[in-house]
Amino acid sequence: MTWTEMQPLLRDACLDTLFMVWWSTVYAVVGGLPLGILLVLTDRGALLQNVVVNKVLGAVVNLGRSLPFIILLVWLIPFSRLLIGTSIGPSAAVVALTIGAIPFFARLVETAVREVDHGLVEAVQSMGGSTWTVVLKVLLPQALPSLVAGLTTTVIALIGYSAMAGAVGGGGLGNLAITYGYMRHETGLMNTTIVLLIVIVTLVQLAGDLVVRSLSRRGGRQAAPVGLRRLRRRAATAPVAAQPVPVLAEPAEAAETP
Amino acid sequence: MITTTGLTKVYRSRGREVTALDGVDLHVREGEVYGVVGQSGAGKSTLIRCVNLLERPSSGTVTVAGQDLTALAGRGPRAGVELRRARSRIGMVFQHFNLLSSRTVQANIELPLEILGVSGKERSRKALELLDLVGLADKAKAYPGQLSGGQKQRVGIARALAGDPKVLLSDESTSALDPETTRSILQLLRDLNRQLGLTVLLITHEMDVVKTICDSAALMKGGRVVESGTVAELLATPGSELAAELFPVGGEPSGPDRTVVDVTFHGEAATQPVISQLSRTYNVDISILGAAMDTVGGRQIGRMRIELPGRFEENVVPIGFLREQGLQVDVADVSTPAPAAAALKESAK
Repeated sequence: MTWTEMQPLLRDACLDTLFMVWWSTVYAVVGGLPLGILLVLTDRGALLQNVVVNKVLGAVVNLGRSLPFIILLVWLIPFSRLLIGTSIGPSAAVVALTIGAIPFFARLVETAVREVDHGLVEAVQSMGGSTWTVVLKVLLPQALPSLVAGLTTTVIALIGYSAMAGAVGGGGLGNLAITYGYMRHETGLMNTTIVLLIVIVTLVQLAGDLVVRSLSRRGGRQAAPVGLRRLRRRAATAPVAAQPVPVLAEPAEAAETP
Repeated sequence: MITTTGLTKVYRSRGREVTALDGVDLHVREGEVYGVVGQSGAGKSTLIRCVNLLERPSSGTVTVAGQDLTALAGRGPRAGVELRRARSRIGMVFQHFNLLSSRTVQANIELPLEILGVSGKERSRKALELLDLVGLADKAKAYPGQLSGGQKQRVGIARALAGDPKVLLSDESTSALDPETTRSILQLLRDLNRQLGLTVLLITHEMDVVKTICDSAALMKGGRVVESGTVAELLATPGSELAAELFPVGGEPSGPDRTVVDVTFHGEAATQPVISQLSRTYNVDISILGAAMDTVGGRQIGRMRIELPGRFEENVVPIGFLREQGLQVDVADVSTPAPAAAALKESAK
């Protein structure tokens, strides 16, 4: 198989993967964020303490988390058909990906929100803030760096899951790797797919780290994700470079002359 | 301004009951700085949290500025609109500042105003005005992470004042600060108390805080207020533990057959040279064993432990003289090195 033959296949598969990941991420945030916050708020001693709701939500999340994704995918086929009229293709995969990602992201949200200092909640309460104010003005802004980090992890997990969706006809890079790479022994295409997946995952992780970093820096906290030092240095020196060059050159020359 | 009656808080956890507050009656007058002292676990923190109902008392009432907050609270754990309105009129300052690290200093001060629904322009005007008041006008755009502890607490105080409260609660606001910063923060609280007529209720475990700025104080032990009153009243109370803690005097008698008395100076008598008068009038040699003097509210206040030669019976007249001068005199219960007294104690056991 030549590169010209591969190109359209890869492009379509890439777009399918991005489509699946994008929409399932959007729905995972819409569903997982409130769910994670509710898990914290309804906990014992929290603002909306409600043991029953907390236990039920916790059980639902655990159920979603305990099923292996490939099984969830198959199990949800009737549900996808009911919801969007088909059980194959990227749109059908989005349903399963969303259902799989909501509990995953909800747990990450829960951990992030739980880490917010209770003193801040108390401070806002002492100002007369409502539970809603606490969520909007304290919990979400303060947990934002961790939430973004959690979102990055979720997106990367979804890229992995979306490849699995290929196994049941979901389309995308995973589908390509299995149908051409595995079934037709097109090793070249398989390898290209793998490289593409690695590139996508790396880019997502880098972007996530950059955002987390810029968010935590304003708080004066030292949260330095690894692997970004070179990127940052390049970014930092670029605009500054013009000015210090002559200043730096002088002492260098002075040191050389004697 | 703040009155609590029969305030009780019982925590239940895993079937055990812990009584954090056991019938606390507190009365803070308008415009005074009231200090509650006590050791860790005495219930101070629970008390101050009950005043704005961050903790729901198990029983008893809290009245702030004539408003019964416990009646506003309702039953559920959530605070209703009325309670939240009342809370916004009570400022609170915390030990660990509790500033939002994701917001600038100015935005932190604007937060209570956002909650009150004040417009954007008015919020920033008020925030800058408050920053000026606490001496941080140049830090508006800084993040809390870039400030020192003292500066953070100043921001905390500015934030607490944003809703124009009549009452300020201070929960160990200087405990995380070094002595010098503590002094400047206390000075700020004192100034605000005078300038704005702010009533301040503070809890602390540092006696120096009480000595520096408090008009009145209460001592808590095991969830109860064991002593309370103005600093002068406390000093005038014979055997007051708080007075002894505020002005600790020590010192053992130098030999048998001596009388050791603790003299408390306050009010007019503090300015008179009574000790030298006593010495000249009765021709007695007085040794000073220990003393703690301080200027509280512009007046000399303090205690001194002095030793007079001879037994108590021989010193009735000089002690009477001291009492006539308006001083409070307590004969100190110090274990005399006399063997007879020691034997007596042994047999009493």
